[in-house]
Amino acid sequence: MADGTGNRAFVEFDRVQKSYDGETLVVKDLNLSIGKGEFLTMLGPSGSGKTTCLMMLAGFETATHGDIKLDGIAINNIPPHKRGIGMVFQNYALFPHMTVGENLAFPLEVRKMSKVETEQKVQRALDMVQMGAFSGRRPAQLSGGQQQRIALARALVFDAELVLMDEPLGALDKQLREHMQYEIKHIHENLGITVVYVTHDQSEALTMSDRIAVFNDGVIQQLAPPPDLYERPDNAFVAQFIGENNKLNGKVIAVDGGTATVELPGDIKVNAHAVNCGGAGQNTMLSIRPERVLLGPDATSNAMEGHVVELIYLGDHIRCRMEVAGNDDFIVKVANSHEHAALKVGERTPLGWVTEDCRALDAV
Amino acid sequence: MLAADGTPLKASLARALRRQKLRALMLIAPLLLFVVLTFIAPIVDMLWRSIENQLVPETLPRTVEALKDWNPKSGEVPGEAVFAALAADLQIAVKAKTHTRVASRLNYEQPGIASLFRQSGRKVKRLEEGNYREQFLDMHDGWGSIAVWSTIKRFSGDYTAGYFLNAVDMENTGDGAQFKSEDQQIYLFLFGRTFLLSVTITFTCLLLGYPLAWLLATLPVRTSNLLMILVLLPFWTSLLVRTSAWIVLLQQEGVINDTLVTIGILDDNNRLQMMFNQTGTIIAMTHILLPFMILPLYSVMKTIPPSYVRAAKSLGATDWTAFWRVYFPQSVPGIGAGAILVFIVAIGYYITPELVGGTDGIFISNRIAYHISSSLNWGLGAALGVILLGVVLIFYWTYDKIVGIDNVKLG
Repeated sequence: MADGTGNRAFVEFDRVQKSYDGETLVVKDLNLSIGKGEFLTMLGPSGSGKTTCLMMLAGFETATHGDIKLDGIAINNIPPHKRGIGMVFQNYALFPHMTVGENLAFPLEVRKMSKVETEQKVQRALDMVQMGAFSGRRPAQLSGGQQQRIALARALVFDAELVLMDEPLGALDKQLREHMQYEIKHIHENLGITVVYVTHDQSEALTMSDRIAVFNDGVIQQLAPPPDLYERPDNAFVAQFIGENNKLNGKVIAVDGGTATVELPGDIKVNAHAVNCGGAGQNTMLSIRPERVLLGPDATSNAMEGHVVELIYLGDHIRCRMEVAGNDDFIVKVANSHEHAALKVGERTPLGWVTEDCRALDAV
Repeated sequence: MLAADGTPLKASLARALRRQKLRALMLIAPLLLFVVLTFIAPIVDMLWRSIENQLVPETLPRTVEALKDWNPKSGEVPGEAVFAALAADLQIAVKAKTHTRVASRLNYEQPGIASLFRQSGRKVKRLEEGNYREQFLDMHDGWGSIAVWSTIKRFSGDYTAGYFLNAVDMENTGDGAQFKSEDQQIYLFLFGRTFLLSVTITFTCLLLGYPLAWLLATLPVRTSNLLMILVLLPFWTSLLVRTSAWIVLLQQEGVINDTLVTIGILDDNNRLQMMFNQTGTIIAMTHILLPFMILPLYSVMKTIPPSYVRAAKSLGATDWTAFWRVYFPQSVPGIGAGAILVFIVAIGYYITPELVGGTDGIFISNRIAYHISSSLNWGLGAALGVILLGVVLIFYWTYDKIVGIDNVKLG
């Protein structure tokens, strides 16, 4: 199987479906290969099926149809405790009646490891997350961030090659979350483990992942490395879900090679990069990132007129809300330089983009 | 610390909160009054009755006074002075008709005294002045018994340990407290049985209730609500109905025996004895007390997130290890609460053993009820009750020391 890192598949979902009630599919025909050592994030809104996929991989849910393979072997009928997959839970699931040391020793004890070896491994795992001095504490005596580190150490202590993380940073405050993102990323790089990470936070996904699988409605909408996902969304959902996006609804007039000519409300004709827009006569959604919109004298191609509705000063840049082709929520990020100091509310200004920056996608 | 106006801060705070406190007190006042009148006062009264003995000195004041000089070890019946005092006391008592009460009181301690007092009571009017000792001895042989006189002397104080001694199968025969002869012992054995049966019932409740509570806590809400109603259903049915239902099911001519005989598992002459013995008490009480075990267990299990067991399994634990090392320890507070609730309710249970216990399935409470309502020996009933209360408190204390009462969660 081909995958983003060029390795052979370590984890493989082969036509996996999942239904809880026998009427609706939570996961529809999932095909996904994850290479060894890869950091793959399943990103999507709640109810999109990403956590269900993770739980099927961990063995807590059974697939209704299809095979899940680990290192080439189907694991559908292997109980969770024999899969050897490390897992970090949303609320850490540290055993409250055990000390931190006992929590970490638990997976080693059930594997009947010797006492000396257990102690060494526990200490090494604790040192790895900089919690070496906390072995005797109870989980309740630790802060959220510390509990998070312990949960991470526990999932790693028995040398699992595959570690699953189910929104592990959701309960932390913003600053700590960002710090932990880097830390998890470094641990992943140092140990060479494979990580499958579930989150609904797109910036978390963009920061950490090798590849991101964007889930919606039980289907992977796009599977790509972070820059591709942001720069080259395949469809309207991904464009809207990842980062900030301006959408303009219109109708395709003609498609010529990779370029689509689109008619927008107000009889404006523009060119866009044809991605997923169908042929002439189809409705389409044009997607353009706020920082790629050109204003004033720069707007040489695809030029039209925008009406400034609101200006928000953000220091390094100015957020300019405009009305463009019937959309009054068209955002433009204007660098804070002398050229644009003159922009005023109520003003009409020329506006345009480079054809490659605007993507013609499916209409929503 | 001083408040802004110079008064101490504490006083200022107390004044600010007084209204609130008063209002809170007013809200609970009816309940407080109710509890004091119907719960605390009767208990104190019963505790008092277990040691109180004023009847004897009040009814026979002169005799009690005169008996002070008599030594039971002398081997002789008391002298003329005592009999003269007895005559005076009895004449007053017969007029007031209080001599029969003293008679039954003393009869608890020394069987036979009741008839002695009653017979003498009828004849006491005919006593002539002087030589009382001879006249009394003529009246009834009992007055010549050292045992009778030493009993009167022993119970002449305002307070007595006699009820308590009785309640633990002991008696004071004059040379200190000692155990009664083996065939007269009953209460210690009954206390032991009450304890053992209560422990058994607690255990069977736990055994049956734990899996069900787990099911309730893990099933989807709709199903678990339905199950919960089934658990609570017994609460909506009268205790008597439920117990009678068990009689119908378990008696020798009952449903279960009939069925077993019909399908040929049992011979008609060897029907199982499942009712009117300990088996009956255990079965019926386990059924009745089961909700008291399930509810605390359920409420504790409900708070154990399923991710703990999942985490344990993902770490390599088998189903059993995950349960035993991770789930079970966290459900212990529920077990503690359920066990102590069931045990304390069971140890004082009365109605079910009375109905289905026969003779060897009855509890200490049945004896207490017997003394309160049939033999009218309230003092002994009270003493038994006090001991039962004491035992429960000791268990509670021990339990607190071992498990810790703050580890117990009722919901």
